[in-house]
Amino acid sequence: MKLAGRGTPLVDGVEKVSGRARFTADLVVPGMLAGEILRSPHAHAQIVRIDTSRARALPGVRAVLTGEDCNVPYGVLPIAQNEYPLARERVRFWGEPVAAVAADDEKTARAALALIQVEYRTLPAYFSAQEALKPDAVLLHDDKKGNIEREVSHDFGDLEAGFKAADLVREAEFHYAEVTHAQMEPDAALAEYDPVRNRLTLQSVTQVPYYVHLTLAQCLGMQPADIRIIKPYVGGGFGHRTECLNIEIIAALLARAARGAVRVELSREQTFVLHHGRPETDVRLKIGLKKNGEITAVDAHCIQRGGAYASYGIITILYAGALLHALYRVPAARYRGLRVYSNTPPCGPQRGHGSVDMRHAFESLLESMGKELGLDSFALRRANLISPPYRTVNDLQVNSCGLPECLDKVEQASRWKERRGKLGRGRGLGMACSHYVSGAAKTVHWTGEPAATINLRLDFDGSVTLLTGAADIGQGSSTLLAMVVAEVLEIGLERIRVVAGDSALTPKDNGAFSSRISLMAGNAALQAAQALKQQLKADVSWDEAVRDALAKGGPITTRGTFYVPPELQGGKFRGGAVGPSPAYSYAAQVVEVAVDEETGEVKVEKVWVAHDCGFAINPLAVEGQIHGAVWMGMGQALGEATRYDAPHGLPANANFLDYRFPTMAESPPIEAYIVEARDPVGPFGAKEASEASLAGFLPALTAAIEEAVGVRLQDLPATPERILAELNKPKAKARATA
Amino acid sequence: MTQRITLAVNGRSRDDVVDDALLLVDYLRDRLGLTGTKRGCDGGECGACTVLVDGEPRLSCLTLAASCEGRSVETIEAQQKEGRLSALQRAFHELLGAQCGYCTPGMVMAAEALLRRDPRPSEAQIREALSGNLCRCTGYVKIIEAVKAAASA
Repeated sequence: MKLAGRGTPLVDGVEKVSGRARFTADLVVPGMLAGEILRSPHAHAQIVRIDTSRARALPGVRAVLTGEDCNVPYGVLPIAQNEYPLARERVRFWGEPVAAVAADDEKTARAALALIQVEYRTLPAYFSAQEALKPDAVLLHDDKKGNIEREVSHDFGDLEAGFKAADLVREAEFHYAEVTHAQMEPDAALAEYDPVRNRLTLQSVTQVPYYVHLTLAQCLGMQPADIRIIKPYVGGGFGHRTECLNIEIIAALLARAARGAVRVELSREQTFVLHHGRPETDVRLKIGLKKNGEITAVDAHCIQRGGAYASYGIITILYAGALLHALYRVPAARYRGLRVYSNTPPCGPQRGHGSVDMRHAFESLLESMGKELGLDSFALRRANLISPPYRTVNDLQVNSCGLPECLDKVEQASRWKERRGKLGRGRGLGMACSHYVSGAAKTVHWTGEPAATINLRLDFDGSVTLLTGAADIGQGSSTLLAMVVAEVLEIGLERIRVVAGDSALTPKDNGAFSSRISLMAGNAALQAAQALKQQLKADVSWDEAVRDALAKGGPITTRGTFYVPPELQGGKFRGGAVGPSPAYSYAAQVVEVAVDEETGEVKVEKVWVAHDCGFAINPLAVEGQIHGAVWMGMGQALGEATRYDAPHGLPANANFLDYRFPTMAESPPIEAYIVEARDPVGPFGAKEASEASLAGFLPALTAAIEEAVGVRLQDLPATPERILAELNKPKAKARATA
Repeated sequence: MTQRITLAVNGRSRDDVVDDALLLVDYLRDRLGLTGTKRGCDGGECGACTVLVDGEPRLSCLTLAASCEGRSVETIEAQQKEGRLSALQRAFHELLGAQCGYCTPGMVMAAEALLRRDPRPSEAQIREALSGNLCRCTGYVKIIEAVKAAASA
């Protein structure tokens, strides 16, 4: 191959380094209005009365909206839509939008907000799953008994026999703080309404323009054909922007009411409150092992504090159970999951969706049991490797697995054998594994359509225009798709122009989530390019081939699609749609730390990570994704934690000074190794590269801390306070229970 | 209250009437259309709005436009000269120092200030000089590589 497999700068990189890339907040429409949102000052309250008359009377105010103006609930899952763009009757978290104003400028819009009078009657508010689950707790949603959004009960294999066959059975409890995406670009949306034609155009920060399209049509009662969604440059997502955001609907509602264009820009604090991140999670886990380290049975319980509305909650709680599988051979497993409503901002998908906290618990318990059995960390993992083709007990089909090579790479690179246990007090090495899906085999909105579609256009100028709905949010998907097409057509990348994310031009795509684009859209691009190639004369110059082809019937458009083969779509049980993927990626990493026993401070000295992405179509971008994933895992492991203070649920650290993630001064060198276990379904064998490396960081870090200072952390993040507290406990209180 | 200011922005002299409270970031973005300078936080936390004022890195979200009277302001838009990317821009592009690209303008301007001060910085100096510029995509690995490459270009 000429191009695929070579490190290639992004096709939109020049725009990014020159400041010419236009993000949503950079877009200007002449005469556009400023949209501002009035938010709930309570975590849980009934709205008794809203008086907007004084706001409406303020000169320069063009529209004032409340929950009265939209009675259509929305939510990403068709089976769980219980959120309104503006609260109706009740508010369920601090900061929930209650009213919105469009005015000539921001100052006027803010002045109008101050004139809106809202009378509330407060209700008891719950900031933990345990409080919300109490028998006498007020229900957040009348149809959800016990404040339980979803209870999952999955049993695979013979659990009892599994534990009976074990030589060692151990159980432990873990707790994880809620974390959030904190992408660098604050949220924003620009809506333009054409009152003459009743048409709406929305440009926003979305990862999934298609979901925004569906939701706007639903909430505004408009024909989808009258709506156009355009994705400009997007400043990161990490899952925050997968679901349609309330501000996207609010901007559209305001634009229609004001009969013009409205831009809504959120502050950093408001972006934190929009959240949709990883929930606060409790895990109780039991594992059975044979003397040689082989896993015989797993019993996992998980409780997630999901926030005030459904969002992706059902999927998140299902992922935590489903991805107990497909990393190692697990012959029997029981999973009990509870997704609980609480008076905090709704949680949602965040990089490594659902799998990250559970993976920390699993690897940590495994590690401590290995120690009891006298097994080295690597030997323990090698005792449980999957040999593809392999079908897990919960019906996930693994057709490629490069984990053995990942283990070899990081073991050698870190000089594990020579250095583990020999670094002296205060320093340590730890390792762990993790994995992830390459797209979800089943879509949220089942339509029978392909999982991905790409169009290619060839015209007289000899350029190929690649049309895709796949959202490039910085991960480099447009570059990858262009590389696939250039490879097939044997032309330079400069011949290809990518148009991504404009519903008026590009075919529908399910967007950027679950690391689906490389495999799914990549395959569609491959097929579209092959279809185009078939129409081109071989063995002549490109220009001649173009002239010849167009002479036969004018400019050409081809289509490529990708369908997930039925055998990769998982089992038929309830909840079985979450977890199945065309392919799984694998990662192993070693983390080296230095722990200051006086202050409890942890310094990550170095990370060695190997990621099996099947085939690296663009190794430069794959490395970047691995670095970013490991580093994001580091942020969660070391310090990130949202906080909402009682009684109002006020976010206590919704800014970058108090919600701390590592700066450049605190970030370690990360040595990334690409492993390529080509997958039979992936384009050129490619699988995902953006998520699998995240989850392994957390358990590798806590294992390294344990080696350094003898403290085993089962509460994350590993803040200095927590480490000091553990250091001060008598050893007898070690928390792994027998 | 408003006042009249004269200053140079990217080498072009300006003569403007601005509100006393107008922030430099808003002056650049809204008045001059120089949207390369980004706002990423609620004030002084992220570095995305970094510009150079008389060659020194400044957070334009904490700087009043009026305070730039008589000064020279440089933004990301001035990096490219005579159609060529600067060494920093080229390195950020070729080595993938930019993923989503949102922190990139501020990062490049902070690095520009560093390289003017010290054309051959050590890795530790790069890490320190850019520690006020947050990035959520890259883990900083390739940003550091890009600054090093630009310094030796």
